[in-house]
Amino acid sequence: MSSLTEKDRAIVQLLLNTGTCPRCILRFCCVGSQTVYRHPYKDLMKDLKDFLKNNQEKEDMVCFDIVDPPCKRIRLEDTEEGPDDANHNGTLQQIPSVNDENTAMENSAVEVCNVCLGILQEFCEVDFVKKVCQKVNSADYQFTSFVFSVSLPPQLSVRERAAWLLVKQEMGKLGLSLAKDDIVPLKEAYKWIIHPQLSEELGVPADGKALFEVSVVFAHPETDEECHFLATACPDCFKPAKNKQSVFTRMAVIKALEKIKEEDFLKHFPCPPCSPKNLCVALEIQCNNGAVFVAGRYNKYSRNLPQTPWIIDGERKLESSVEELISEHLMAAFKADSFNFSSSGREDVDVRTLGNGRPFAIELVNPRRIHFTAEEMKGLQQTINNSSDKIKVRDLQLVTREAIGRMKEGEEEKTKTYSALIWTDRAIQKEDIAFLDDIKELKLDQKTPLRVLHRRPLAVRCRIIHTMKSEYIDEHHFRLHLKTQAGTYIKEFVHGDFGRTKPNVGSLLN
Amino acid sequence: RICVITLAEAHPLLQTGKTITSINYQISANCSRLQNKVSGKSKRGAQFLTELAPLCRISSSDGEEYTIYSCIRGRLIEVNENILSNPAILQEKPSTEGYIAVVLPKFEESKSITQGLLTQKEYEEVLLKR
Repeated sequence: MSSLTEKDRAIVQLLLNTGTCPRCILRFCCVGSQTVYRHPYKDLMKDLKDFLKNNQEKEDMVCFDIVDPPCKRIRLEDTEEGPDDANHNGTLQQIPSVNDENTAMENSAVEVCNVCLGILQEFCEVDFVKKVCQKVNSADYQFTSFVFSVSLPPQLSVRERAAWLLVKQEMGKLGLSLAKDDIVPLKEAYKWIIHPQLSEELGVPADGKALFEVSVVFAHPETDEECHFLATACPDCFKPAKNKQSVFTRMAVIKALEKIKEEDFLKHFPCPPCSPKNLCVALEIQCNNGAVFVAGRYNKYSRNLPQTPWIIDGERKLESSVEELISEHLMAAFKADSFNFSSSGREDVDVRTLGNGRPFAIELVNPRRIHFTAEEMKGLQQTINNSSDKIKVRDLQLVTREAIGRMKEGEEEKTKTYSALIWTDRAIQKEDIAFLDDIKELKLDQKTPLRVLHRRPLAVRCRIIHTMKSEYIDEHHFRLHLKTQAGTYIKEFVHGDFGRTKPNVGSLLN
Repeated sequence: RICVITLAEAHPLLQTGKTITSINYQISANCSRLQNKVSGKSKRGAQFLTELAPLCRISSSDGEEYTIYSCIRGRLIEVNENILSNPAILQEKPSTEGYIAVVLPKFEESKSITQGLLTQKEYEEVLLKR
């Protein structure tokens, strides 16, 4: 094998003996060529053995002592060799796996790798790829690229560490060092192998930034408890969190591995790691599409429609809502799991929204369909508008996430225009309200109105009334048009809210 | 439901001739209603009031001192500091700007509290009987 050199020989031998698969061996020899990993498993195994055999002709054999850990097992099917720490002959024939390579390997099933637990073995094969693709296709998503994310059981980090320590020690004997970062990471190698296969089968490229995610969770229940020793060694890394089932999350394990001292690690964990009986299992293969955002403007013509569903104690107080009327059709068209409705401000149930309409946006979570032409969007808009006379939408379009931020920004910075019909107890004349027209940039201090105090924090809000225009109606009525800063409580400005909004129309009129 | 505590119509302080000399929210050595601080939607930190908890003591020029009681169980949200600077509004506008305090009862108790109160009509009948 061209990528391997002399210095790798000892490592290859060592790892092969201890039950490590060829691809993991290549990783620990820092082989960085992606294509090598993609060679079929059998070929790689053969190549490794050939590489080792070539050493037989050499004069100075590397005479190595295999570290004798407490729980190591070597498959000795075809040889009478018992303990493996006495190979002073150095002849490689005595290593069983090389001995009668064909029969030895064909007879015995492929051993589950003690480092990757089968990830770089079984789960690189066509069968698994087909299984994943079948799941993807049956889920019926629309996508142009994919990102494949893999969740590995935490014990793999532990085993990786053990293998590294083993290899490091061996390299040390040759006077060489091996940094943890030099080793090819398991996930990276796995992706080198599986991405092209998935890409071929699905017909779209793999892209780290893709919105469509295929995720696989691997588990290896047989060895789940291997991480537990870390809890005794580094207890502060493993705080039980309410949501998580197990304290031994991958992050916690990695953190603990960083903290633990080499000696402590070796005390608690066999090095090299034991060979497992079983492969990992792929617990779940899930598909998820990145959220899609639809924005537009809505008008509300009903004085009996809340923006969001109004439910008290499980009972719906009013039928339907703006968000439901709009999202119902979008959810069906985009085939999403759920939605998040947001708008630039809102209005009361008993208030209409006229004019150009209020900007809104809907985040459609995990949509199956994501491509819609302008025509199709127009069609959707028409469908929504035809379905109800309580609301109408316009300018329905697909937007980015940033658009929502900008929409929300406007909420604070806007100027609001209101028209208020005001009744006065005291009789008034035209002249009495004329002065209101001249007031500009009136500063208000508004305590949280009593009518919302039960559901809002108590605070004082400074707001500005930019301009006003009064319209006399009769001795007890007039209309007041106001331009105010966003967030101003108009009703409270008019009636004073027990004097908690100052100044107010009442105080101004006196 | 938010409750606003005000002087009742028939309260002596609202009868003609009485002048308020002082209003004191310090009801005991340790407790001043002015120190009430609430935070957040659930109004944490609020002083809890029972029906007989005093809100303030008001003195009039004829030497009388009246203690105003909460009458509502709940969290004290705020007391009206405007009446400290301008006691006149307490008498001129007792039901609006001259309110005493705002109390927020527990949601569960809301209904039972309301049922224990008198309507305007019932109150007037009580007054007639006096």
